[in-house]
Amino acid sequence: MSKKLIFEMSSVGRTGYRFPDLDVPDLPLKDQVNSSLLRESIPVLPEVSEVDIIRHYNGLSKRNFGLDSGFYPLGSCTMKYNPKINEDVGSLPGFTNIHPLQSEDSVQGFLELIFETTKSLSEITGMKWGTLQPFAGAHGEFTGMKLFKAYFKKRDELHRTKVLVPTSAHGTNPASATIAGFHIEEIQADERGLVSVESLKNQLTDDVAGIMLTNPSTLGLFEKDIIEIAGLVHEAGGLLYYDGANMNAIMGKVRPGDMGFDVIHLNLHKTFSTPHGGGGPGAGPVLVSERLVDFLPVPDVKKDGENYFLDYNKADSIGRVSGFYGNMAVLVKAYAYIITMGSDGLKKASEYAVLNANYLKEKLKGTFHLYYDTTCMHEFVLSAKKMKEELGISALDIAKGLLDYGVHPPTIYFPSIVPEAMMIEPTETESKETLDYFVKTMLEIYQKAKDNPEELHEAPRNTPVRRVDEVMAVKQPILKWHAE
Amino acid sequence: MFSYLPQTETDIREMLKVIGVNSIEDLFKDIPVEILKKTPLDIPEGISEYEVLKRLKGLSEKNRQGLSFMGCGSYDHLIPSVVNHVLQLPNFYTAYTPYQAEISQGILQSIFEFQTLVCELTGMEVSNASLYDGHTAASEAITMALNTRKKADRILVSGTIHPNTRAVIETFFSDNPVKIEEIETKDCVTSLDALRETIDESVAAVLVQTPNIYGWTEDLTGFADLVHENKALLIISSNPMSLGILKSQADWGADIAIGGTQPFGLSTYFGGPSVGYISTGTKLTRKMPGRIVGQTKDVDGKRAFVLTLQAREQHIKRQRATSNICSNQALAAMASGVYLSTVGWNGLKTAASQSFQKAHYLYKRLTEELGLKPLADQDFFNEFTLIIPEADRVLTDMESQGVFAGVGLGQFFPDQKNAVTIAVTEKRSREEIDAYVDLMKGVLK
Amino acid sequence: MNIPGDLKYTEGHEWVRVEGNVAYVGISDHAQHELGDIVYVELPEIDTEIDAKEEATNIESVKAAAPVYSPVSGKIVEVNEDLEDSSELINSDAYGSYIFAVEMSDKSELDSLMDADAYKEFLEKE
Repeated sequence: MSKKLIFEMSSVGRTGYRFPDLDVPDLPLKDQVNSSLLRESIPVLPEVSEVDIIRHYNGLSKRNFGLDSGFYPLGSCTMKYNPKINEDVGSLPGFTNIHPLQSEDSVQGFLELIFETTKSLSEITGMKWGTLQPFAGAHGEFTGMKLFKAYFKKRDELHRTKVLVPTSAHGTNPASATIAGFHIEEIQADERGLVSVESLKNQLTDDVAGIMLTNPSTLGLFEKDIIEIAGLVHEAGGLLYYDGANMNAIMGKVRPGDMGFDVIHLNLHKTFSTPHGGGGPGAGPVLVSERLVDFLPVPDVKKDGENYFLDYNKADSIGRVSGFYGNMAVLVKAYAYIITMGSDGLKKASEYAVLNANYLKEKLKGTFHLYYDTTCMHEFVLSAKKMKEELGISALDIAKGLLDYGVHPPTIYFPSIVPEAMMIEPTETESKETLDYFVKTMLEIYQKAKDNPEELHEAPRNTPVRRVDEVMAVKQPILKWHAE
Repeated sequence: MFSYLPQTETDIREMLKVIGVNSIEDLFKDIPVEILKKTPLDIPEGISEYEVLKRLKGLSEKNRQGLSFMGCGSYDHLIPSVVNHVLQLPNFYTAYTPYQAEISQGILQSIFEFQTLVCELTGMEVSNASLYDGHTAASEAITMALNTRKKADRILVSGTIHPNTRAVIETFFSDNPVKIEEIETKDCVTSLDALRETIDESVAAVLVQTPNIYGWTEDLTGFADLVHENKALLIISSNPMSLGILKSQADWGADIAIGGTQPFGLSTYFGGPSVGYISTGTKLTRKMPGRIVGQTKDVDGKRAFVLTLQAREQHIKRQRATSNICSNQALAAMASGVYLSTVGWNGLKTAASQSFQKAHYLYKRLTEELGLKPLADQDFFNEFTLIIPEADRVLTDMESQGVFAGVGLGQFFPDQKNAVTIAVTEKRSREEIDAYVDLMKGVLK
Repeated sequence: MNIPGDLKYTEGHEWVRVEGNVAYVGISDHAQHELGDIVYVELPEIDTEIDAKEEATNIESVKAAAPVYSPVSGKIVEVNEDLEDSSELINSDAYGSYIFAVEMSDKSELDSLMDADAYKEFLEKE
């Protein structure tokens, strides 16, 4: 059944909220402001009762799959459990009711939280200091690229305009670097799926500003040559950017700073367990090595004795990257997670994330083609290329088939260097029983692909809607509701 | 030990056996031994849930709450209870971006409804699924204009927009050949004459904000014509609550409407999350950054919603994309959607007009009874700027009595040390406003 | 693969049909096939001055977007407005559906383009 839009439930005269009565004089608006400023058009907003609201949204939520509904092995997205205590502390009134422009003295709790979170994240990543302002991973990347620019400007090396990005990188990497004013050159992977050091050497020309890497890569493989790569890039006068999307593989095991990176962004909504919220709000803090500290955005949070204060006095800063201090509600939850887990728990989280991934990989690789057959980190990539050729079943069909089993599909068709890719990241918060259920389901789907492929082409059947017409959505865009 | 880690000793043994290694360490063998971390991270070990609660509660109590008359981009409006109950539905807040349309209809439909609400309020034709905040939305809107007017290289920004918006724009375009220039102001509003002096066809966009940073409403009569005569785009940023009684961006002839939806169902939360909104005319749809949800049909012909027009985006276009944005503020946008749907047009008008009336009531008392002078003689919505002698001391004294009396503009404009912007929402009762006046009377001398 | 003999081709899979001083530009049958269902063609603005190899416009399928480069320098004098509502014409008739036309400022630029045989060879190698 299709679900009504809230606008279609509207009935003139209903309301879902009662405001207090006006207790100051109710003077005509036009006597107090130039009437040319007043609105004449009447927007069409829904008129519904509070009961309608809660049933409408409750109904919508039943048409949505969340992590609390089941396994979510979406590669590169680290869909780990979102602890409930974090939601509780996130709604404490001493956080929610604070205005961003209150006096420093009245926001010491927030400043301490920002300071402590920055400090912990710096330690976890092996960096010197950072900023929590960026709202999301891509925003963090952009901030990092601006730091690159500021660094080269300071050194009078603005001729360095080339940023190297592997073909397997997230699409945001090249987009962020371009927006910050760089141009992109792609680095090819070698037969191991890793950065080819030999071809990298040829690409490290005078105009190179640096390299953006995800390590482990989006293939779930650790760049074993990272020390050599870092040495080469630095020798060529460039900097190294670390895309922290895959940080969940290495906490407490190895630090980007120790690998030689100069800038890293983290996705707190991935590694640090804050909920994804259906696409946001997230947080993309940026941490930097010593040589980039001076360029960090303003304001910085500093500590003077027992007091915390906002420091705007940074001559070389790239400036502000967001209106205030970032998505604070997300930062509160991430901080709660960090202190919950501590140094021992974070390390265990990464160890178990890698254990879970390798277990799944071993169980599935006999049936599905494992593109790079080696020990993986927190995720691995299968290819459905053979199945597509032999059985006519694509990665998309497998994904849609999984939907009928109450499992969220893996990331598909990314990274693009693997044909018919299925990227699987179980995370550490899933039990062996859940992993075994997933294996069983995948094997059933494989069997179905052989016995009854038509059924998979037609999947899903048991979802609120079935496969949707994306061509129609683009060709005749309907982007809002229209009154009939 | 760790309640989010379900692996037992037996599980681990069995799993290692399946993998064919002896220990978990073996799985990390690709990490060069020189950089393997041999000592624990220098942060404390993990603690229990109760201890976490105590620690965070302690931190929250180090922040002081008070009676707020602060605005400048973040406002203390009433939030219906139902809003937060919706946000706590686990299949919303624990969901990822709705790539799998079949099992993401809830989020997709809520975004489609949000897009509709934004269009209704701004009067524009299309909206995206939301951006980070109103400040970064300004950079994105300017980028849209630059991509539309490819040969133009100047952007004119009013001197009355929020200084933090200006700062975000400066950072965003600092390595770009485009020139960001300020339009002169007169009596704390944008001067149309000054704009006429400087605009020509080298300008891609003109950005103004109403109500502006001082709270004054800008009379934008004539702006759109002048901007369009010069082939530039007009971007208008507005506190969306003001659209409950004041002209919409479309009414003024804007090409792009932006702002932050924090006043709709979101607490001030030290500035975030807010939600950036951006809406425009059909012609510019494909130039819009970020996610967009569209309506379509599934194979059975049922109405369905899906992320659409994705070919614009970074995961397809990579370095050729015009924006790097790959998310939205979905849950926060949902809060604003729930708010607007709950209060309806009548409720929104009530919230907006009560905020207006109460702000004017306070303005009247402060200027007429206390003799305080406004920074300029202008119309306003729910905030206004007064000159308060010894503003810093006055604000501190008010605060020590539990009232956050306004935003000192000296932090943004060094030459306006005594300018204080005071905001009033429908949440403040007459009693509270009167108490403000009494306190101010005592503090002023 | 359909490669008409009377057209010129680029490595970016554009085709060019010359009529006097005007070059009509579209994308090859191979390109439309690679892109799949074309859902949108952005039409460039008439009177825009453009250089050879400069990006003139974009075409989109559901899961891809491709730039169309102008093979020659000059001024854009015509655009195919039929594509605004019927972008699928490129799928059904790639060579009958030009996208834009350039009044050439330097006809010698045509010499560097491939003829049908060279393009065929190029496709085989690619």
